[in-house]
Amino acid sequence: MKLKWEESGLKAPLARAKGLGSAKEGSEHWFMQRVTAISNLILMAWLIWSVIHHVVGASHADFTAWLAAPVNAILMILAVISVFYHAALGTQVITEDYVHHEGLKMIKLIGIKLFFFGAAVACIFSIMKVAFGG
Amino acid sequence: MSGSSKKIQRPLSPHLQVYKPQMTSVLSILHRMTGFAMAVGILVVVWMLVAAASGEQAYNVFLHYVGSKVGMVLLFGWSVAFFYHMSNGIRHLFWDMGYLFKLQNAFRAGYVVLLSTVVLTGLLWWTVCPFNVH
Repeated sequence: MKLKWEESGLKAPLARAKGLGSAKEGSEHWFMQRVTAISNLILMAWLIWSVIHHVVGASHADFTAWLAAPVNAILMILAVISVFYHAALGTQVITEDYVHHEGLKMIKLIGIKLFFFGAAVACIFSIMKVAFGG
Repeated sequence: MSGSSKKIQRPLSPHLQVYKPQMTSVLSILHRMTGFAMAVGILVVVWMLVAAASGEQAYNVFLHYVGSKVGMVLLFGWSVAFFYHMSNGIRHLFWDMGYLFKLQNAFRAGYVVLLSTVVLTGLLWWTVCPFNVH
């Protein structure tokens, strides 16, 4: 299968525009990976501290009581968004680097987005259900 | 020469396997591997939160599997992966800011990353251990 950059090297501007050229979003992915890296540092420091003090050895009642506290629920939701977003960006880069079959790559890239989005929704819904006492 | 229809077997540029593994290149691929391992580990986080929201029985099933031998080995592996990825991620952020590019400093920071991984992983499990052994 042809790789997308094989035909785009020395083309006239119009020909290149019709193909898969720049979408003017080149740095967005790189930048958001750094932004989420920094937010991960802060949120995971809190999460690891919390896991040590409130989660390890906790019963269901203990854990849900801890998670239901507004500050904990909010930070947990933020951690889920930050970490899952970072993971989606990272696995995307790995896929782009190592999966060379264009069709397979597309399936994997779409799968990654759907998986992490679905996983994040499942987590956020669960946190809210516990927090609102459902 | 010109009459031959046979495809000329030109030498290819060197591939990864001809290079001797160096500390910097090993740490680089480890960053990806640990990141990918944790992306898979997100399923455990989803399981935990959905189980907590589903009720006590579901949460106890989660605790049973996570507390099993295989569960603990996986948790230990993910904790090593986390502290490595975090430490090396900070090393990456320094590179992004333009520091640590001198080869000697890149190596030194690499050793700091390895030391920090061992120390932080040890610290976490040392802290958590007394709670686990009932």
